[in-house]
Amino acid sequence: MSNPDSQTHIEVRNLNFSRSGRPIFRDLSLSVERGKITAIMGPSGTGKTTLLKLIGGQLQPDSGQILLDDLDVHKLNRKWLFHLRARMGMLFQSGALFTDMSVFENVAFPLRVHTDLDDELVRDLVLMKLNAVGLRGAAELMPSELSGGMARRAALARAIALDPDILMYDEPFAGQDPIAMGVLIKLIRQLNQALGHTSIIVSHDINETLSIADYVYLIADGALLTQGTPDELVNQEDPQVRQFLHGEADGPVPFHFPAPDLATQLLGGGQ
Amino acid sequence: MIDQLQRIGRGTLDRLAATGRSGQMLLQSLFVPPAPKEMLPLLIKQLHFVGVLSLVIIFVSGLFIGMVLGLQGYTILVDYGSEQAVGQMVALSLVRELAPVVTALLFAGRAGSAVTAEIGLMKATEQLASYEMIGVDPMRRIIAPRLWAGFISLPLLTMIFAVVGIWGGSLVAVDWLGIYSGSFWANMQASVDFSTDVLNGIVKSLVFGFVVIWIAVFQGYDAVPTSEGISKATTRTVVYSSLAVLGLDFILTAMMFGEI
Repeated sequence: MSNPDSQTHIEVRNLNFSRSGRPIFRDLSLSVERGKITAIMGPSGTGKTTLLKLIGGQLQPDSGQILLDDLDVHKLNRKWLFHLRARMGMLFQSGALFTDMSVFENVAFPLRVHTDLDDELVRDLVLMKLNAVGLRGAAELMPSELSGGMARRAALARAIALDPDILMYDEPFAGQDPIAMGVLIKLIRQLNQALGHTSIIVSHDINETLSIADYVYLIADGALLTQGTPDELVNQEDPQVRQFLHGEADGPVPFHFPAPDLATQLLGGGQ
Repeated sequence: MIDQLQRIGRGTLDRLAATGRSGQMLLQSLFVPPAPKEMLPLLIKQLHFVGVLSLVIIFVSGLFIGMVLGLQGYTILVDYGSEQAVGQMVALSLVRELAPVVTALLFAGRAGSAVTAEIGLMKATEQLASYEMIGVDPMRRIIAPRLWAGFISLPLLTMIFAVVGIWGGSLVAVDWLGIYSGSFWANMQASVDFSTDVLNGIVKSLVFGFVVIWIAVFQGYDAVPTSEGISKATTRTVVYSSLAVLGLDFILTAMMFGEI
């Protein structure tokens, strides 16, 4: 079924998706290379997180395909989809640690569910994963006792518990202080090199993401704006790409939300 | 006019869609292959959360309602010289009506709202999505134990409510107002029938338990994952459950005692 020799690990083909009648993606196509860090960037509200949920089979597209090793994610039945997800790890924006379990139990959870390992081995594996993210000492803490950065690292340890083939990061740098951000950048790069999994980072933190990505897709208005290596992107002349990468307030993406003319509105009364 | 029609149409469609989703959720969470080793600890934890932790409010409410019934019954019956029938009145009102209905309403307020808020927050903090991405079906892990716990707890709480209520009634009627305890208990025993009164009360509580916990779980699962969405879902749980309990109570009572 799968073809591990192929360079393309995930392929999105002509994806169309809309929510409450509003189109999120229009005929989007992109591919993610095996073992590389691929970044998907774009302004807020362009549906980057939605794309991860579509890849994970949590949402159904209106049309188009998402292939994982030539396997159509949305054609699988529930049972196979859950099998497939055991090979994927996802770091949610909020961390999404299970609040009724300790950090240790959170990381142990996927191991207990998907393997028959005895408690001793689970303990060793969990401690190794926690050590990898620097939280071995926090194993017995509850999620509510962790800082934002620690929660995200604990969630990362849980995401890598089963050594997944694909690791998806949803806004990993959002709301992190510079130290936590630095730690996360280092961890994502190190884990990718050590474990050799395919990583997808969805983010709008430009500098951090460009510093670790091998390849970048820039999405705007539901379609692909541009793609390339970080260097290629930085040197692009396209005004919309430049506006996004350089954080300019006004440009092709307007500063103002669509509204009637200010003078007309002020003089015309009403709303 | 057209706008109003459109709104009514959209509202109806939304409600129908929600009903469909709630049915789908029920089927997906109840009809799963049994896995006692995995499910039992989760069920016990939920039984504690929705059942055991509701005991205090059920106990206290049952006691006071029983006491009030005893007092009211006495003041009315004493005019006709039939104050001995207080035991019978307290027991019948509690077993047939008040215990199932009031317990279900209290349960909706205490446990139902908590279940909705908990599941809604799990959704908002992406914990449900996280279970899915780990390859664990949240229907089995989160929804099913809560549904079963509610379904099992409410009839038990109802029975406790009735027993405590009767005790409260006896405290007032016998110990305070001085009705002869022999006639209090004998009248009760003679007039309360196990199959028509006690069993029908339990059947009511089974139906209420199922409806209340179904509404609570679905409202949490279907909540808009924002603070406003969760607050609305919690309110909906209490309002819908209370209305459903009161409406169903009339229908069930008509079916059970209608021919009298």
